Amino acid sequence: MSRPRSEFWAGARDSFPLVLGAVPFGIIFGTLAESGGLSLGAAVAFSAIVFAGSAQFIALGMVTAGASWPMVVLTTFVVNFRHLLYSTSLLPFVRKLPQRWRLPLAFWLTDETFAVAIRRYHDSDDSEHKHWYYLGSCVFMYLNWQACTFLGLFFGRTLPGLESWGLDFAMSATFIGIVVPYLKNRPMIAAAVVSGGTGLLLHGLPNKLGLILATLAGVATGFLLERWLAHPEPAESLGEQESA
Amino acid sequence: MSEVWMVLGMFLATFLIRYLPYGVADALRLPEALERALRYVPPAVLMAIVVPAVLLPDGQTWRLDWQNPYLFGAGVAFAVGWWKNHLLLTILSAMLAFFAWQALL
Repeated sequence: MSRPRSEFWAGARDSFPLVLGAVPFGIIFGTLAESGGLSLGAAVAFSAIVFAGSAQFIALGMVTAGASWPMVVLTTFVVNFRHLLYSTSLLPFVRKLPQRWRLPLAFWLTDETFAVAIRRYHDSDDSEHKHWYYLGSCVFMYLNWQACTFLGLFFGRTLPGLESWGLDFAMSATFIGIVVPYLKNRPMIAAAVVSGGTGLLLHGLPNKLGLILATLAGVATGFLLERWLAHPEPAESLGEQESA
Repeated sequence: MSEVWMVLGMFLATFLIRYLPYGVADALRLPEALERALRYVPPAVLMAIVVPAVLLPDGQTWRLDWQNPYLFGAGVAFAVGWWKNHLLLTILSAMLAFFAWQALL
């Protein structure tokens, strides 16, 4: 598993269910783009240059509603702000790479690739080529997104009921499979429960704000609980706690 | 022409967020506490995505009932994940459970 080529293919292979999960969204984006008011060139450019699924859908909705372009750009910034958490989390691993690696790895960073790449980086083996795994995931996700956008743009009308196929469940299944190994101690479990619950409560907030707030709530919970378990504070400093 | 500005602006907004930490990585040392906190990002963000996706599959309607194939499939994913800790097996059994449940009900 340590050679660049085998890492690359392993990254692509492990991203397969996530690629599958993205298929309906890419096709639906392509199908809706032109009727929603985007030119063909802009629709292609959204997927090829911006490459951010949720933001593309939200921007398309805003174009359809007649929003001005600065508003669309501002909203895109808010929707994609969660990527800052991803790139910061990957920073300790990407630091060793030259800029010619960092630029494409940043451009191609998505929810899905973050999930599989960080999992690979957390593996205990000391392979020097884990960035090739990250790259394999990137390239597969990117090519699939372009192909699906294209399919939607030109053949979308002939693929009815795509939403109801349930391919989107592939993403949930994969993410659960990635989460479970993390849940080995109380802070991790608390982080997962709090972020899941908060995400549910805040799902109605626009522009992925619920997702960001839920993630931050989960991270804060896990981190504070970890510190508290390591150094429990004296009972008197915690008003509602019973004294031990 | 405003379409061009929109696409360029969206590209810059998205890319800069993704690239900023990588770009300044050489000058930036994260405090140890922050690095520790960041270890909670993967489970937190993935659960924040999964839980609403499973319990509100269409984004609107609560589906806490057992006929919800997303909920059933997610239950299988957690169970198999805990039992075997094998990613591919977890995904395949959850997908199978999901589609079987969808077909049966």
